[in-house]
Amino acid sequence: MIKNGADIVLECLLEQGVDTVFGYPGGAILNVYDSFYKYSGKIRHILTSHEQGAAHAADGYARSTGKVGVCVATSGPGATNLVTGIATAYMDSIPLVAITCNVANNLLGKDSFQEVDIVGITMPVTKHNFLIKSADEIAPTFRRAFKIAASGRPGPVLIDITKDATAGEADYKKEIPERVDNYKIESDSAAFDKVIEMIEKAERPLIMAGGGIIASGASKELHKLQKTIDAPVTLATMGLGAFPASDSAFTGMIGMHGSKTTSLAVKHCDLLINIGSRFSDRVICDPATFARRAKIVHIDVDRAEINKNILTDAYLIGDARAVLDELNKRLHKKKHSEWMSKIAGWKQKYPVKYKSDSEFNPETIIKEIKRQTGENTYLVTDVGQHQMWAAQFFGIEKPRHFLSSGGLGTMGYGVGAAIGAQAAHPDSVVVNISGDGCFHMNLQELSTAATQKLPIIDVVMNNNVLGMVRQWQRLFYGERFSHTTLNKPTNYDMVAKGLGADAYTVTNIEELGKALSVALKNRTKPTVINCVINPDHAVLPMVPGGESIEEPILEITADGKEVR
Amino acid sequence: MSGIITNPVPEKKQAKKKMHVLSIHVVNHAGVLSRIAGLFSRRMYNIDSLSVGETEDPKISRMTIVTHADENTFHQIQNQLAKLEDVKHICELHKDQAVLREHVLIKVNNKDTTAIMQICQIFRANVVDVSKKLLTLELTGGPSKINAFIDLMEQFEIEGLVRTGLTGLKRGSTTEAEEAARENN
Repeated sequence: MIKNGADIVLECLLEQGVDTVFGYPGGAILNVYDSFYKYSGKIRHILTSHEQGAAHAADGYARSTGKVGVCVATSGPGATNLVTGIATAYMDSIPLVAITCNVANNLLGKDSFQEVDIVGITMPVTKHNFLIKSADEIAPTFRRAFKIAASGRPGPVLIDITKDATAGEADYKKEIPERVDNYKIESDSAAFDKVIEMIEKAERPLIMAGGGIIASGASKELHKLQKTIDAPVTLATMGLGAFPASDSAFTGMIGMHGSKTTSLAVKHCDLLINIGSRFSDRVICDPATFARRAKIVHIDVDRAEINKNILTDAYLIGDARAVLDELNKRLHKKKHSEWMSKIAGWKQKYPVKYKSDSEFNPETIIKEIKRQTGENTYLVTDVGQHQMWAAQFFGIEKPRHFLSSGGLGTMGYGVGAAIGAQAAHPDSVVVNISGDGCFHMNLQELSTAATQKLPIIDVVMNNNVLGMVRQWQRLFYGERFSHTTLNKPTNYDMVAKGLGADAYTVTNIEELGKALSVALKNRTKPTVINCVINPDHAVLPMVPGGESIEEPILEITADGKEVR
Repeated sequence: MSGIITNPVPEKKQAKKKMHVLSIHVVNHAGVLSRIAGLFSRRMYNIDSLSVGETEDPKISRMTIVTHADENTFHQIQNQLAKLEDVKHICELHKDQAVLREHVLIKVNNKDTTAIMQICQIFRANVVDVSKKLLTLELTGGPSKINAFIDLMEQFEIEGLVRTGLTGLKRGSTTEAEEAARENN
């Protein structure tokens, strides 16, 4: 059937089962928006306040559902505003299709109004990108883009379409999309033999898992491996929820702000099995001393991750679920009672606990949120101290329930991502933990949540400072607090109410509890809860940059001494 | 992506850097050069030379990249390249199993024509342009031959020099298509 390019774009989205897109119109993309008008009953378009919000929302939608998220923007500034969101998704391997329109073919390369080479700009932060210059390329390109985004190691794909291609006509025939089957193993049986031998010989194995478990949906299989080989499990930030935080075998998060128990487990293990994590610098800290007594096995879907940041002793390439199924099939049951009781002892001795004189501190705030919202909550975070507190204290029990910018560390990610998660799960509770720095970055998206009647709860840990940077200034820059004290005149209640949200400012747990319980009953609009806290709360444990993971700072005394 | 690339388990020590020649089949369309070059620059990989042109199949271009890298980095380069959608096949060209050639054009001062011509004869270089002041020479050969020739020409004052960068094909009786098919299995 002959259709115009813009209608083909919409047909292709429907083919892929897309029900919601996040976007912002503009000149070059007018034709596509004309088709959104025409297809308005079939596809939900959420108009954000800024294209960055649209990209983060598509990302939140993708993380919380496992489906490909879709965001839409016009040429020039519309397209460049997506870039931070695309890069965020790229660093965390989140499947996204970003659609932008560009000026018409005859204006390309002429520095035309709102023209920018978005394909060139996004090359380093996409899995692949396309420039479509005629209507007949649209359908095959869209089918390929969705496949690329979702297959293997997922990631964002950008499609840029010239305005005349969206106006042009082409023959369109509906197709059922090719099923993306990621359940594959590349490594051969000999590679498995080697890994299985290493695991069976190990006396103190440690399982470390990351976002790959979540991407592949391998939580059950991970749990089975843990039961089979009787090993402790630690998770990278991106993997939180892949293994229940309440399980006795869980040692806590790994990395710069990981638990002391995990540090000790890494220090003393004789085999470290990493599944679906990329040994990021924030995880391994000093590569020379990381797991220095252990052999390292790396299991990843992406061959290029092997030996990139850490040299391994053995590796398996393949989808985490497929590899784990194979391992579980072949491994014999093991018991490591002595090692497991050592872990239990460390857990008791070094609990992830916040030491504070104040009853209104990061741990009590996060725990109160958990108490009232429960484990089915989609917990979103911005980036900074509050992000780490949320990761440490909330206790994420389920995969796809912790949404946080791990790799890029994008301040301002939270509200957009919360909108995406809430749009995908209208009946669930979505809480964004934010800081006062992050709040100011993308607060305009509160109005999007209000317009869309999305009842996200935005808890701002307001310490009047850029806490994480300030923490580094306090520890390593002689307390020279350069530009980290905010002292903004912002009236949070007025701003939030002005943008259509409910708002509360709280200074103790009782007030927080009351505000939360009202917010949870309100299912028609967003709520901002401004928690006023002490600027000197620190994120601990902490491994200073470049130092070994073995000896994190556990406490900073009132006179500034570090306790390790 | 075709071509089997392995990740050997390297020794846990700093390995030595070596020259490697990569031959890469890429989809022949706009932007592919910047995808490849961009990957090298953003991951801090080194490019000594890069040459690119159409192949027997007009939809495919072939890039020959010369790089200096230690063993592990070299495998990283191949694995990162393999992830690009536009890269269809990668192989390494080893000096003893491939024909490697480079082309150079040199302009030298035409002061001592006889001496220049004698050296040209030894190297089988050609004179492609002559004027009272300058001689333009061309030479095709492996990298060491080209380097030696340039070295000798320096005494005549080189006024201009351009090298194409290395390009090459595997030796032997298998066709390119057979080679790709074999590595795919």
